[in-house]
Amino acid sequence: MSNIDYTIEPEVVEGKPSHSAVNDAIAKPLETKPTWKYYIALGISSTLLLIGAVCLGYSFYYGIGLWGNNQPVGWAVPIVNFVFWVGIGHAGTLISAILFLFRQRWRTGIARFAEAMTIFAVITAGLFPLIHTGRPWLAGYLFPLPNQHHLWVNFTSPLIWDVFAVSTYLTVSFVFWYIGLIPDLAMLRDRTTSKIKKVIYSIFSLGWRHSNRHWNHYEMIYLILAGFATPLVLSVHTIVSFDFAVSILPGWHTTIFPPYFVAGAVFSGFAMVQNVLIIVRKIFNLEHIITLDTLEKMNKVMLATGMMVGYAYGVEFFIAWYSGNPLESFVFLNRAFGNYAWAYWIMVSCNVIFTQLFWFKKIRRSIVPMFIIGVLVNVGMWFERFVIVVTTLSKDFLPSNWDYYKPTLVDIGILLGSFGLFFTLVILFIRSLPVVSISEVKAVIKGSQPGHH
Amino acid sequence: MVSNNLYALGALFKDPNKLVKLAKKIVELGYKNWDVHSSYPLHGLPRLMRLKWSPLGYIALILGLTGTSFGVFFTWWTMSVDYPLTIGGKPWFSFPAFVPVLFELTVLLASVGTAIVMLFIIFKFPNNRHPLHDTEYMKKVSVDHCGIVIEAKDKNFDYEKVKALFQEFEPDQILDIYYQEEEVAYKPKVFDWKFITFLVVIAVLTSAVGYLFNNKILYMPPFDFMLNQFRLGPQESSTFFADGFGMRKPVPGTVARGDIYYPFKGKPEEAGAKLINPLLPTKENLALGQEKYNTFCSPCHGWRGEGDSHLNGQFPNPPSLHSEKVRTWSDGRIYHVIVEGQNVMPSYAKQLTEKERWAIVLYIRALQRSLNAKQEDVQ
Repeated sequence: MSNIDYTIEPEVVEGKPSHSAVNDAIAKPLETKPTWKYYIALGISSTLLLIGAVCLGYSFYYGIGLWGNNQPVGWAVPIVNFVFWVGIGHAGTLISAILFLFRQRWRTGIARFAEAMTIFAVITAGLFPLIHTGRPWLAGYLFPLPNQHHLWVNFTSPLIWDVFAVSTYLTVSFVFWYIGLIPDLAMLRDRTTSKIKKVIYSIFSLGWRHSNRHWNHYEMIYLILAGFATPLVLSVHTIVSFDFAVSILPGWHTTIFPPYFVAGAVFSGFAMVQNVLIIVRKIFNLEHIITLDTLEKMNKVMLATGMMVGYAYGVEFFIAWYSGNPLESFVFLNRAFGNYAWAYWIMVSCNVIFTQLFWFKKIRRSIVPMFIIGVLVNVGMWFERFVIVVTTLSKDFLPSNWDYYKPTLVDIGILLGSFGLFFTLVILFIRSLPVVSISEVKAVIKGSQPGHH
Repeated sequence: MVSNNLYALGALFKDPNKLVKLAKKIVELGYKNWDVHSSYPLHGLPRLMRLKWSPLGYIALILGLTGTSFGVFFTWWTMSVDYPLTIGGKPWFSFPAFVPVLFELTVLLASVGTAIVMLFIIFKFPNNRHPLHDTEYMKKVSVDHCGIVIEAKDKNFDYEKVKALFQEFEPDQILDIYYQEEEVAYKPKVFDWKFITFLVVIAVLTSAVGYLFNNKILYMPPFDFMLNQFRLGPQESSTFFADGFGMRKPVPGTVARGDIYYPFKGKPEEAGAKLINPLLPTKENLALGQEKYNTFCSPCHGWRGEGDSHLNGQFPNPPSLHSEKVRTWSDGRIYHVIVEGQNVMPSYAKQLTEKERWAIVLYIRALQRSLNAKQEDVQ
């Protein structure tokens, strides 16, 4: 144990593949006919998407009375889904921006994929506030446009902060992702033999020619964008938590919400990235680029953020007792032992108890257990948002108003549809763009930089 | 041998260390128009090539501050100038509540703007007509080589000398890179008819979709459910009630809120004798009377009560309020006319409260006195 030299960084990419082998491995999914496994995956995800589309069309035609939302639970599964999907997106930016600033070179294998997942997750999330309004065709008024009375949006409302945060997040993530894609698209342009593909790659690579005069600016903008994306990602879930924390309902009106939400977002996002990467590296034989070491590090992040979330659960209870506020203590006792105790204990066991298994190195490094724990974490995090939204609303200040909220089949169909949308986009992405950043992987292979002998 | 079309001479290396040595030599020899190409950034090369520090940081700072100041201006203008609304008892310009939006605008403008500046201004992209594209040089750089080119337009460029220089460093390959004919002849054609047609088609399509969406689709089912609800509009008929009216009349004897019983209905002389103006001719009461008179009475009676309607005879002109008859009427008699109307004049009891009616009476008295002033009023 004592003779390990911690000054030497372990190799990020296993073996020492040649640059052309890297090109071949990463470009392979784009150039070969997909296997039957791919079609099965696409079939499942697009079926889910279709279920969601049918449920949505049904809701638009007959109105949102088809959902379980009613007095007193007006914010129900649609808002739960929104918070859940925005959270999933956060891992991508954390991996691509924050780990970049911390010079964590192991991120190179997974950064592109995580960024793409950010974009898809935010697209999925953005759907829910729109449909939740009931009349999505008027969504343009969420943006600061004066209405027919020249009234503007209310800039002091957390809901309008949300509009700005999520749309900025989507735009900046997209720019960051696209800037990273340009050199890879140029590589594909020079490689392809198909005429149509050549035109498409030429248009989207904008004429990139690998010039070091360009790389000079490129590296700077990558640093700048990472620097902007880091506070941005923290701000996004902070603002999402303001939707709750700025209100005056017991159980929502707490100052712990912003850090608690950000930790939860990173937690669930890492679980989702880990799950999808396990499948991708298996199907497309990228085990030497998305290495087991990388997955282990992701599991460590999940262990850490999971404990932060567990700490937040504890502190909420402590403050409910310590503040001496009877409404606050009622809400928390009701969470743990009331009507929705089943959801609360699903949340605690998935998020806090099962993740403790990651203390064991063997579990951190074996694929099947970590995959199962990743799934459980996402189940737990969905229920966390459910518990926050529903328990507080279902028992408000007026006992005669209390009710037990149940999502309807249409609600569940839309939730399935959101998974369908997300995974369909992921699956299409896998076969249309390089899932690993080729230029970044080449740059960290041993011997590709001058001065390393 | 050397064609006029020569763009540059290129050398390809598999080992970046050899390339670095050549690059150092090129800097020493003072070439200006040269470049290094590699499919990933080579560490330390920008400094070795004596490239200037990228100015993008300053550009991001300027754009970010622009975003912030625009945000401050916009939130201030919309929330406290254009349509001020008091929300939660907070000041119109409640800066802390605007900070999230300001932050997002800062990040948005700085990131997107810097990317646009880099790609389209500094790099002058999109540029798929560069002579390096579709050459063997570029193909190899894209895979596993790094390359150096020295352009023919460099003033120190000499074909044989450069080739000798390259050979000295044992590159894997030396290549001549030529301009292709169309690259030389190519000029960007902004006013090309195809491009203009494209823009026009896009503009027409966008307007058509916008028009259809805003003026047609929103009024079609199912989007019209807010417009067509199961309820009756004012004055609509209904088959539900026997009398066919949708609107219901109040039960006989119903008294509206604020309505006060008027005991002198149809008895003008009694009203004139018994009613006494409760208001004193103070400045406030006269101002109220003037306002209400100008709103409700002046359209027919004229600004000064002379019967000179500013409706220009579209209605029969009423007689002057300065006649002997009206001047000798008591306050209560005038009040009665306001309540009940007279001849073609309808009742104004619904439009004016009791106090306003008496204030108007006071104002009429002031008007009458102004045209029939006594000697002592002038002094």
